[in-house]
Amino acid sequence: MLYRIMDGDYRGSCGGCSEDMTVEFGYEPHVLAVDDNLIDRTLVEKLLKNSSCKVTTAENGLRALEFLGLGSDERNSLEGTVSKVNLVITDYCMPGMTGYELLKKIKESSVLKEVPVVIMSSENIPTRINQCLEEGAQMFMLKPLKQSDVRQLKRHLMKYRS
Amino acid sequence: MDVVNQLQRQFIDYSASLHREGFLDDQFTQLQKLQDDNSPDFVVEVASLFFEDCEKLINNMARALEQQQGVDFKQVDASVHQLKGSSSSIGAMRVKDVCIAFRSFCEAQNREGCLRCLQQVTHEYSLLKNKLQTLFRLQQQILAAGGSIPVVE
Repeated sequence: MLYRIMDGDYRGSCGGCSEDMTVEFGYEPHVLAVDDNLIDRTLVEKLLKNSSCKVTTAENGLRALEFLGLGSDERNSLEGTVSKVNLVITDYCMPGMTGYELLKKIKESSVLKEVPVVIMSSENIPTRINQCLEEGAQMFMLKPLKQSDVRQLKRHLMKYRS
Repeated sequence: MDVVNQLQRQFIDYSASLHREGFLDDQFTQLQKLQDDNSPDFVVEVASLFFEDCEKLINNMARALEQQQGVDFKQVDASVHQLKGSSSSIGAMRVKDVCIAFRSFCEAQNREGCLRCLQQVTHEYSLLKNKLQTLFRLQQQILAAGGSIPVVE
């Protein structure tokens, strides 16, 4: 499985692709950003909006699942529907449900399992990273995020689109 | 134009000193780069959120450390973890560094060490708050005089 760990010093070169995600995706990708920290939520929202994404934020895993239609009382209502979002980006360390647990729930859903999930963390712990990647996370990103990280994320997602 | 130049010079020098003295790191510059016409007050807004968050977390830590019947170090650590995250995201380097030490004391369940860190983090937070308020005031003065905010790399 191919993966890239991003640290704060990563500076990839674009190699000719556009800065604007709209051109690559053909529409404004809708991203669900999950983080219990208000400052981090604000920052990731801005980073994504600056890359032409539509952004919905959630402050914990439960709210995220509710938004996605996977809330505990909605378990069967998703059959035959299409995912609302093109990408989920979530913090790992959250009270209640961790980002890893949220990832698992998304991957268990027949409708949502194809949605790429990116995990963010302030801590660079290889076992944690491997655990997430093995569970199907598209990428693992180190906080604090910068604009170049979001550009890198976009390039990575483009490479693995069918 | 001379007034604007003077103010811009002051802003650049002040900004440079904040970086040099470790109050701010590169992440703060990243935030400034995110500011655009869509969100012209982005940095001030995020800084305000940060200060509110700081105060709340510091109060939580103080309350938890005051417990005479036994300190819940996990609770203290949870708040320190939050503050470490926020300060890292905004580029508040000195605050972040105290948080790193603070977490070690939490792990060691060292109340004295924690109290010292709490004092330090409170001190660093209020220093930073004053300095950022000065920086933002300079920005306002530049804009009011019809100038633009220099981009500091």
